[in-house]
Amino acid sequence: MSADVELSDVSVTFGSFYAAKNVNVKVNGGEFFSFLGPSGCGKTTLLRAISGFQEPSEGKVLIDNKDMSGIGPNKRPTALIFQNLALFPLMSVSENIAFSLEVRGVSKEERKKRADELLELIALEGQGDKKVHQLSGGQKQRVAIARALAVEPKVLLLDEPLSALDLKLRQRMRTELREIQKRVNITFIYITHDQGEALTMSDRIAVMNEGELEQIGKCDEVYNNPLTPFVATFVGENNPLYGKVTGIEGDKAKIETADGQYLATMNESKKLNIGDESIAFVRPESLFIPRDGDNFDNKINVNIESFEFEGNLKNFYASLKSGAKIKFSVPNAIDTSFITSGSSIVLGFESSKSVILPKASLAID
Amino acid sequence: MNNFLFTQPFFKKNGKAVAIYFLVAIIFWFVFLVIIPQFYMLDLSFRTNVPPLARGGPEDYYTFEHYSHFIFGSKTATDAFNFVDLGVFGRTIFVSMLVTIANLLFCYPIAFYIAKIANPSTARLLIVSLIIPFWINELLRSFALRILFANEGVINNFLTGVGLLDQGILFITYDIGLYTGLIYAYILLMMFPLYNAIESLDINQIEAAKDLGSSSFRTHWRIVIPHAKPGIVSGCTMVFMLTVGALATPVVLSSPNTLWFPQLIYQWFNMNDNWSRGSAYSIILLIVSVIFVLTMMRIFKVRIGEIIK
Repeated sequence: MSADVELSDVSVTFGSFYAAKNVNVKVNGGEFFSFLGPSGCGKTTLLRAISGFQEPSEGKVLIDNKDMSGIGPNKRPTALIFQNLALFPLMSVSENIAFSLEVRGVSKEERKKRADELLELIALEGQGDKKVHQLSGGQKQRVAIARALAVEPKVLLLDEPLSALDLKLRQRMRTELREIQKRVNITFIYITHDQGEALTMSDRIAVMNEGELEQIGKCDEVYNNPLTPFVATFVGENNPLYGKVTGIEGDKAKIETADGQYLATMNESKKLNIGDESIAFVRPESLFIPRDGDNFDNKINVNIESFEFEGNLKNFYASLKSGAKIKFSVPNAIDTSFITSGSSIVLGFESSKSVILPKASLAID
Repeated sequence: MNNFLFTQPFFKKNGKAVAIYFLVAIIFWFVFLVIIPQFYMLDLSFRTNVPPLARGGPEDYYTFEHYSHFIFGSKTATDAFNFVDLGVFGRTIFVSMLVTIANLLFCYPIAFYIAKIANPSTARLLIVSLIIPFWINELLRSFALRILFANEGVINNFLTGVGLLDQGILFITYDIGLYTGLIYAYILLMMFPLYNAIESLDINQIEAAKDLGSSSFRTHWRIVIPHAKPGIVSGCTMVFMLTVGALATPVVLSSPNTLWFPQLIYQWFNMNDNWSRGSAYSIILLIVSVIFVLTMMRIFKVRIGEIIK
């Protein structure tokens, strides 16, 4: 059983500070939905509003079209997984998992049966009698999920539960979470500041900044067609090229910058006019070193400054004539021995891979 | 010898001067303030009560007479047991137990409120207002309560003055004043261990329990209290031990016809000039209290290490 979750004009204020401002979003039943944003953007506040720990100052939270105002966290069909998991250290693994059944007065045998079922779901069969501190980080994670699933909630809320794990485990847990979600088929609402996490697991994501929603959409949509400069630079990396619009051709706009003219794609909902202050964005992986026969819409002269080896990618940092910085990435498989610090090269990029947006502030890393 | 001592890790870590200071202070405390007085009293409790000049003479020999006096009374008494002293003793232990429980019931909600609900400035204000009354001596606090509870005291005068009662309540006669005074006397020693224990509980634990459908009562029973158990036991131990040994409060607040066991001890030492019997009674109180506390710890499955934390 899964449920729709709808936030209708939700604002949460602390004094005069808006932790969340006029948030409207509808999460569909059975969806894996992520709120993505930097720390302090209000995403945890929204999660607390959905789980019932925080009443919205304005607006409504609806779960299955039912207004949740005045309904406490222990009466909502939601279960929350805390950032630090908040497993009960004095209880065994099974007691932890069956806690929600215990408080509902379910019999001991029934509890045991359900705990065993859930232990199987998280591949920890026979480990129910262990104490929490005897488990590894990933196992604790799974116990927290099992504990939350024990009451069969309609919505599972996850507050950055993977942030404390090391990289490998985090990657494995992403896949596992996704699989568990498919198996139990309930709505997952996930909070994270890690765009990799959000992109790999979610059906849709909502990007938040300073309490407001910047964009909601499918992962590739948000990545390829960001609606604001904030989203463009927060989700993945992007090189901003500042300038003025000098021409419009269909859905493309020509931007005049201090370093030359480029053609970039406009977003349908963010039409520009000639003379508008704007920014064209091009991602590091969309910048290519042209080979014979390549013909890119845009060419850009850069001066190589430094280089960093990431493993699968090689990242180059370069400057333009105006002093603007630019980063581009080359797969490790490609030979780049001819690029040395101080050398000048020409890069190319397609207008279809570059987005132009009205000027606004970027995400500060 | 000296060289051996100075090469110990303790000396290396702290430096000679500090290490010697620690060592001397600890030895002084332990030997002069703990071992010698206690052993002197233990020894005294097994001796006949003779004037100092007769010490070491033929009158001065080892005996169980003080312990047997506690149980069976004086040799000339007609009763089979010393009902008076045993009664005072039993009542002291029993009432101390009730005082400890009352303290726990009072302090738990306050400690929880300060630790987990109040905002930091309110919490500070509350802690300060709990501490300040205890800057005043225990005896003076007891007298203050006496003024409140006396038959012609503030409370009775108020109640009769506004016409709620025709006659004052005999707070002192029925020992209500004494029980109140005893509960109040050591309340901080319950409050702070409890506060510390509850404060260290991650707020997410409480929220997680709530989120999983737990009622408020259930959350306290299954999450907060088990976490705070060492603090509860440590508070209970301190309050119980001090209440059982309280003297000033009972002297000021108990009714004329009831005695608190330490008052009895005091009488043997000071009024009857029988230090040996006073010592025996002290040792009995000490041992029974310790056994009582250890039994409670066994029942509630707490180890001594947890309390000291």
